[in-house]
Amino acid sequence: MRMDIVIAGVGGQGTVLASRVIAQAAMDAGLAVRTSETIGMAQREGNVTSHVRIGDPLYGALIPDGAADVLLGFEMAETVRWLHKLKKDGRVLANSARIIPVSVTSGRSTYDADSILDFLRSNTNNLTMLDATELAIRAGNYRATNTVLLGAMSTIPGLPFEAEGLLSALLATIPAKLRDINSRALELGRQAVEVL
Amino acid sequence: MTRKMLLMGNEAIARGAVEAGVQAATAYPGTPSSEVFSTLARFAREYDYYAEWSVNEKVALEVAAGAAYAGARAIVSMKQVGLNVAADPLMTLAYIGVKGGLVLVVADDPGPHSSQNEQDTRVFARFAKLPVFDPASPQEAKDMTIAAFELSEKLRLPVFIRPTTRSCHVCQDVTINETGPRNRIGFEKDPSWVIFPSLAYKKHKWLNEQQETTRKIFNESPFNKLELKTRAGIITSGVAYNYVREALDMLHMEVSLLKIGTPYPLPDEPVLQLLNNTDRVLVIEEQEPVVEDQVIAMAWKNGVATQISGKNDRLVPREGELNVDKARDILMNYFGLTGSEKFLAAIGDSQPAAGTNGTTAAPERPPLPERAPILCAGCPHRASFYVFKEAAHRDAAVFTGDIGCYTLGVMPPLSAMDTCLCMGASVTVASGLAAVEKDRKHVAFLGDSTFFHTGLAGLVNAVYNNSDITLVVLDNRTTAMTGHQPHPGLNRTATGINEKHIDIAEVARAVGVEFVREVDPYDLAAAREAAIAAMEHKGVSVVIMKRECISIVKPVKKCTVDHEKCIGCKKCINELGCPALMPDGDKVTIGNTCNGCHVCGQICPVGAIGEVVL
Repeated sequence: MRMDIVIAGVGGQGTVLASRVIAQAAMDAGLAVRTSETIGMAQREGNVTSHVRIGDPLYGALIPDGAADVLLGFEMAETVRWLHKLKKDGRVLANSARIIPVSVTSGRSTYDADSILDFLRSNTNNLTMLDATELAIRAGNYRATNTVLLGAMSTIPGLPFEAEGLLSALLATIPAKLRDINSRALELGRQAVEVL
Repeated sequence: MTRKMLLMGNEAIARGAVEAGVQAATAYPGTPSSEVFSTLARFAREYDYYAEWSVNEKVALEVAAGAAYAGARAIVSMKQVGLNVAADPLMTLAYIGVKGGLVLVVADDPGPHSSQNEQDTRVFARFAKLPVFDPASPQEAKDMTIAAFELSEKLRLPVFIRPTTRSCHVCQDVTINETGPRNRIGFEKDPSWVIFPSLAYKKHKWLNEQQETTRKIFNESPFNKLELKTRAGIITSGVAYNYVREALDMLHMEVSLLKIGTPYPLPDEPVLQLLNNTDRVLVIEEQEPVVEDQVIAMAWKNGVATQISGKNDRLVPREGELNVDKARDILMNYFGLTGSEKFLAAIGDSQPAAGTNGTTAAPERPPLPERAPILCAGCPHRASFYVFKEAAHRDAAVFTGDIGCYTLGVMPPLSAMDTCLCMGASVTVASGLAAVEKDRKHVAFLGDSTFFHTGLAGLVNAVYNNSDITLVVLDNRTTAMTGHQPHPGLNRTATGINEKHIDIAEVARAVGVEFVREVDPYDLAAAREAAIAAMEHKGVSVVIMKRECISIVKPVKKCTVDHEKCIGCKKCINELGCPALMPDGDKVTIGNTCNGCHVCGQICPVGAIGEVVL
């Protein structure tokens, strides 16, 4: 059993927590894991990725191009930026919410949302989009966007661990006072994919 | 009892030190090394050892050396450029040696991801004539840490662990073991602790002999593994081993493979065994040809005719980091597997998704927004740069920068940094510029932690030599970029509350700065007034911009735009470049990352930006 997951997003969105939670859930299920995360300067609103590799054989933590089973996109343009990591027929779960960088608001770059969305739709065979940021706000805090997406991911068939494993790994990682919001966010993410 | 935990490579190194019975730990933070010591600081009470964030890497190494002189097992951690600061004690400590095990963790950053250069610590280890371990994974980093303590005591030499970003910031299920016994402490007086020219000569001879002793030990090391299979071979070191193994699997290839975990001194037995059983060998390692050059020397010395390739014939890049895709391309090139047909046949079922790698006709990817790292919403540095830029009439003055979050002040629209070199160089480079460019203002910017690291010496130098510069200390009450470590200006240390913090303004006055002003950058009017006065002052002036990093305080307010009042001039967006400010049709709106600093509200020409208490 092998599964490779790429998480793409913007610094500050909680991609590191997400990859740790997935890895912990896989470990709890008795599987070997590797993660690689963007930590340091690139965190400050820059584009960030986490790689999670589960199973055997495992070598390095970096997932080669065209090899990811799942791409978890925390932001629409970032999902497209890392689409080359996905294998043919790989699954994409993407936040439809956009984070407009300062390079765009100050006119040095563009964010053509329509053509980015078109590209995403026409270049994936297995795409699920949800407004994870909106669902996180509904759960109690926009910062729970990462948890909503973990909830969405828990519905993927063939996941090497039980969906409940993600919740227990998450609850074990975060402070007690955030557990209610995150439990709600996880559930909203799960429901959002199930009704689609 | 053994169990497994999900640990980052840096945490695994810390755990290895704890299991090895560490008694003293020191460090200066720097990505990607910082979590080695943060983890050690967290467990210092539980396992009862000394732990300090030192003011800089030289100090950290010397404190750790002192502990090791007394027989303690000591670990010191830093990033690759930090080792340059510690080079002075390092080069002679190799002659003097240690009693207790001393492990130097120096994290390299090929890429680079968060560094100003890509220097290779293995080269430094060879220069200092000290052994170095090169871990491929967190588990190996932990095992190597324990082995490094043992080797250090056996050789009486400091020993390096050189992880890279892809072993520091990689997590793995790591085995946790019991902790071992502790060394007995007791410094024994002996002339051999006092370096002196006549002793240096004797010790240099001893150090040179230790190279061959180490090589013999490394010949038996479990971290070097040789698999003989074919007449063509690969030698690979550190994380590159992972990429090579996976690329070989991808290509369904089997070759003779030598994994090196101890790149200096390179063990000669496995290398010669490989060379003697192959016709050609390719060396794949990140950064400099450290292993490769030693392999070439060994082949030459032993009269082996095996052809050796790698960086010297440009098959393997020296710049940037490697990955599986690059390793595959290197292997395909070396073995003549060119052409996509062969490649696709070889990789079988792992074809990329359509349109992303040119495998099927697909629309071209639309341009994506540029998303470089920038200062956070509400970052007090933004306000500091803004007022100085304004006070300096935009581009008239030269702004010298330094290493920290505030290096991001270089990004437009602030564009408030004209130079950046290394830790502490803001103030000294400004002094140099001011010495020759007398008709211009020179303003140096550095952070509070950087001030204590190496900025202080530059400030003393500027006062002593009557430099006409302004030093702006961006005092955000933490070492923000590397994960919010404490520093001497704060009332806490690595392990608890500190009653003696050092006040930067008092230090500046004490060394003779006549103009010292402390101001809150969120108060734009007061900050602007201080900036103007400081730049008008002849001689050294110091402005301390004091305001906590937004990441260490909970926001109590948030800003909102009154769309009735907003005239859509976008001055706030265009001049501040705060990521919370966004255009909303003709107007401006404020997103949920706002921290309520209200700097935008103070520059709005029509007073359209108000605050709400959360």
